[in-house]
Amino acid sequence: MNKRKHNAEDYLRMYRQMVRIRTFEDNANQLYLSAKMPGLTHMYSGEEAVAVGICEALTDDDRITSTHRGHGHCVAKGAEFKEMFCELLGKAEGYCRGKGGSMHIADQSHGNLGANAIVGGSMGIATGSALRARLLGQDDVTVCFFGDGATAQGLMYEVMNMAALWKLPVIYACENNGYSEYTRTEEIAAGSITARAEAFGIEAFRIDGQDVLAVNDLTRKLVDRCRKGEGPFFIELETYRYHGHHVGDINREYYRSKQEEKDWKDNRDPIIRFRAHLVSEGIASEDEIEAMNAEIEKDAAEAVAYAEAAAYPDVSEVDKHVYAD
Amino acid sequence: MREITLSQAVNEAIAEEMRRDETVFLLGEDVAEAGTPFKVLSGLVEEFGTARVIDTPISEPGFVGLAVGAAMTGARPVVDLMFGDFIYLVMDQLCNQAAKQHYMSGGKLTVPMVLRTNLGATRRSAAQHSQSLQALVAHIPGLKVALPSSAYEAKGLMKTAIRDNNPVVIFEDKLMYQDKAPVPEEEYLIPFGEAHVKREGTDITLIGTSSMVQVAEKAAELLARDGIEAEVIDPRTIVPLDEVALLASVRKTSRAIVIDEGHQSYGVTAEIASRLNEKAFYHLDAPVLRMGAMDVPVPFSPALEDLTVPTPEAVAENARMLCAGEMIHAA
Repeated sequence: MNKRKHNAEDYLRMYRQMVRIRTFEDNANQLYLSAKMPGLTHMYSGEEAVAVGICEALTDDDRITSTHRGHGHCVAKGAEFKEMFCELLGKAEGYCRGKGGSMHIADQSHGNLGANAIVGGSMGIATGSALRARLLGQDDVTVCFFGDGATAQGLMYEVMNMAALWKLPVIYACENNGYSEYTRTEEIAAGSITARAEAFGIEAFRIDGQDVLAVNDLTRKLVDRCRKGEGPFFIELETYRYHGHHVGDINREYYRSKQEEKDWKDNRDPIIRFRAHLVSEGIASEDEIEAMNAEIEKDAAEAVAYAEAAAYPDVSEVDKHVYAD
Repeated sequence: MREITLSQAVNEAIAEEMRRDETVFLLGEDVAEAGTPFKVLSGLVEEFGTARVIDTPISEPGFVGLAVGAAMTGARPVVDLMFGDFIYLVMDQLCNQAAKQHYMSGGKLTVPMVLRTNLGATRRSAAQHSQSLQALVAHIPGLKVALPSSAYEAKGLMKTAIRDNNPVVIFEDKLMYQDKAPVPEEEYLIPFGEAHVKREGTDITLIGTSSMVQVAEKAAELLARDGIEAEVIDPRTIVPLDEVALLASVRKTSRAIVIDEGHQSYGVTAEIASRLNEKAFYHLDAPVLRMGAMDVPVPFSPALEDLTVPTPEAVAENARMLCAGEMIHAA
């Protein structure tokens, strides 16, 4: 009974976190479309079960490195809407004082070492974090998020080699959303992605990235094994990005069909699937779920309003933080 | 005072800091039992073990990336990049990752790492093992750049670099590893951004970096025979740069030559000369001259290679012309 209660709480938190990511992204997209957000951004919508399934298996001491498509990782690792929207709008109260923006958002308080605008650029950082844990006798685990596109970068093979040689506590999480920017993954990836990790003797898994419970179960096991010195591990998570490569990538039919997008949204959406599971298992009623969704939407709306009204950094900030004291 | 080689000085500095701070560790190709091809790190693995003196595969971007991540999460890596020429391989990790983390995170993340590497031609190592690429990294905000000119500087700057909370790139001249200099037994650090006047003079300022300090000192001796008193200054770090000391010297002497072994065009010499022109213009009696390496890939043949780097004779010749007013019309 206790286990069931514990699971129910975990499940509701996972659902809540997935909805928070989707809601955050819907608001971020609106900010872009209404020209309120400087620059552009890359939406995580559709991939929520990956970030949440993995991050719910981690503690605040565990680290992650994120990508240009990083809002989902940031929310899943425990970040607050207010500081995130402030960062997206370049405001002083943002996580990075407005100096990083969407593509560099970092939240050290929850172990998020930051998004990275160089595809595959954080693989060294994640592996180095794991090396530090080994060196200093700390038992935290680092998860390196990256996309299928990043598997074409040489850095990945250099660091996986060292991680495997030294049995480092790092988990490489490849979010395979089927597209490397505007190109189908089949056109950029020869052979098998997991086989590449296996070539280094790294145990590799390929799972449904739209099933939050499957992602979470596997990650919990791998995190435990990492803590016992059995790392590294590699997970390829099959998932899908609902938006284009970035928010401005509207006309996508030259590289993927609307029918394909509709199929993923209608039949494999991680939130719809998990919601049905929660209801059928009696963990939450439809009314309770609707109430939770409404509360999250209200939180997001308030955070957006706060961020829009918040102050930009003072001009004196421009040459601060180039060097640490 | 005892004299030790530059190589021993670097080794001592790293060993002392590793004893003082258990988060300091070494990472690079053949740093452990081999002690690097130049034998600079010999003996460290015996004292600190393979957990803290880590031999890596030949994967420069990979192990520099590891150092960035280790530094961001609480360790203080000292990374050994076997040749300065390999900096091109690690530019993303160094310039996009290490240099920018502190700023991009609004000051929340820090990257206290040292990348030690080397510079210097005339070792007959040809175009991919002879370059002096300090200007490349000095161009990137967020990196600090140190250029020791003797064993004394090598030790004091290395200890400061390891304690600094920023990514620091140290270039050692690979021809100077066996050069001896007086180095105190007792501990000392050399602060960054403090130039050192190696020789006082009144007629012309010779600003040299790394091995070019020795070139400037030899040039000053040649000039002294002609009655020209050259002042020799070693900036010791080019980022941060001790502009105050350089300007004070040039205001006194009214002439300057800047000497650095990197390529002359768009280089360290250009930057320093430009600052002197901007901030000491009315004190100058002659144009500030740059003397860098020739703008050619470093040739293998000794007959050609020796032509590419500044020599004491060439520095002295230029100094004589500046002091005689012969180069004013060239400007």
